[in-house]
Amino acid sequence: MDIKQTVLDILNDLTGSDVSGAMDDNLFDSGLMDSMGSVQLLLQLQSQLGVNVPVSEFERSEWDTPNKIVAKVESLA
Amino acid sequence: MLSFEPYGNPTYFALLGVALLPLMIGLLYGKRSRLYETLISIFFLVLTFGGPKWAQGVALIIYILYEVALTWGYAVYRKHQNSGPIFYLMVILAIAPLAIVKVTPAVENGQASLIGFLGISYLTFRAVQTMMETRDGTLKDYQVMTFLQFMLFFPTISSGPIDRYRRFEADYRSVPDRETYLGMVQKGIRYIFVGFLYKFILAYYFGTMLMPKLQLMAMHARGGFLDLSWPVLGYMYAYSADLFFDFAGYSLFAVGTSYIMGIATPMNFKQPWRSPNIKDFWNRWHITLSFWFRDFIYMRLVFWFMKHRIFKKPTTTANVTYIINMLVMGFWHGVTWYYITYGLFHGCALVINDTWLRYKKKHRASVPHNGFTQVFAIFLTANMVCFSFLIFSGLLDKLWFH
Repeated sequence: MDIKQTVLDILNDLTGSDVSGAMDDNLFDSGLMDSMGSVQLLLQLQSQLGVNVPVSEFERSEWDTPNKIVAKVESLA
Repeated sequence: MLSFEPYGNPTYFALLGVALLPLMIGLLYGKRSRLYETLISIFFLVLTFGGPKWAQGVALIIYILYEVALTWGYAVYRKHQNSGPIFYLMVILAIAPLAIVKVTPAVENGQASLIGFLGISYLTFRAVQTMMETRDGTLKDYQVMTFLQFMLFFPTISSGPIDRYRRFEADYRSVPDRETYLGMVQKGIRYIFVGFLYKFILAYYFGTMLMPKLQLMAMHARGGFLDLSWPVLGYMYAYSADLFFDFAGYSLFAVGTSYIMGIATPMNFKQPWRSPNIKDFWNRWHITLSFWFRDFIYMRLVFWFMKHRIFKKPTTTANVTYIINMLVMGFWHGVTWYYITYGLFHGCALVINDTWLRYKKKHRASVPHNGFTQVFAIFLTANMVCFSFLIFSGLLDKLWFH
């Protein structure tokens, strides 16, 4: 399964809006994501893609746009 | 023997300037002398914890040895094994001295614990964070000497900002190139001068000139509804201004000094009075503390709750964790009714704020958003924060129970 599409599906589901049109927008600045959303993202990555990211690995500045998240997950998968 | 509060008076700054000069010349020529850095660290630690405060110095040394033993022991253990109960036990042991120091005044009629010293909470945050990252496998090569430097880094030892082991280590192991370093020095010096304005002029005015007068007036004006009066309102704003300028000023000194030492210690304040809501406020106020709570309490608890499906709805998980998180922060400030109420107040404020943000997201079309609502949001947030600081200040305790 395509990692990018899976990540986008998870993000769309979590934020309640389609993020594929704004891949470089900061999700935390726009209020679409917060700490709660981050944890949900990590849990979904674990269950859907088998990617394990411990909470302390989650450095917010490295996960704040859809593009960065996709790149990060691709590097870990 | 000389003894100083860190950044407390002009002599301290003069000594700081003299001590930092050789280090600056070294960094400009691409050299970092560990020996010299260690020597001036020890010198300033002795100034802070020596002389009449030698008992605190002894407590600090014993505490450091204890935390080194725990974090080192755990790092060695974690290389081979990873049991949950051992990890929890180690965290509890690491927090135990701080817990004793915080609880002692509440059970011993205000008497301070013998094992306490200035900055014990900030050191505990650093040690616990190091342990949690070791558990996660994020921190793999724990080094005793680096850990000691990280814990005892003198510019931030007494009140933060709370750096992270891996971030500190990366800075500490490298030397910035000349252009970057000159930029850091320029910033560092500017921070220190803004700090002078904040701490020695503004905080002095609000804290030393205004607050005692307002407190006296508030005590004389007791008798009305809940003993409230106009001076209480004045005290609320003066106290909030003092708290901000005093702590932001101190933080600027600490960050500025770090920059001059070629270490980019994170900033503690980011224009907190411009926050449009409480959630944003905690991204701007005492940032390294609130981020510590976010990363090592809030997110980890949420993760645990959700993994074990404790609550049905994610929003319930978030809300319960907000309350726990802020209550812990309240208790950390001290075991008094007003600190705990302050924590509870902010926990509830975050729950209400989150509910409102969700509502706004759902009804984006019908909720007006313009210049006026923005100004109103900032005004409301600032006043809610000031009210919470009035609780925190303990003035209500004096008005009602003394």
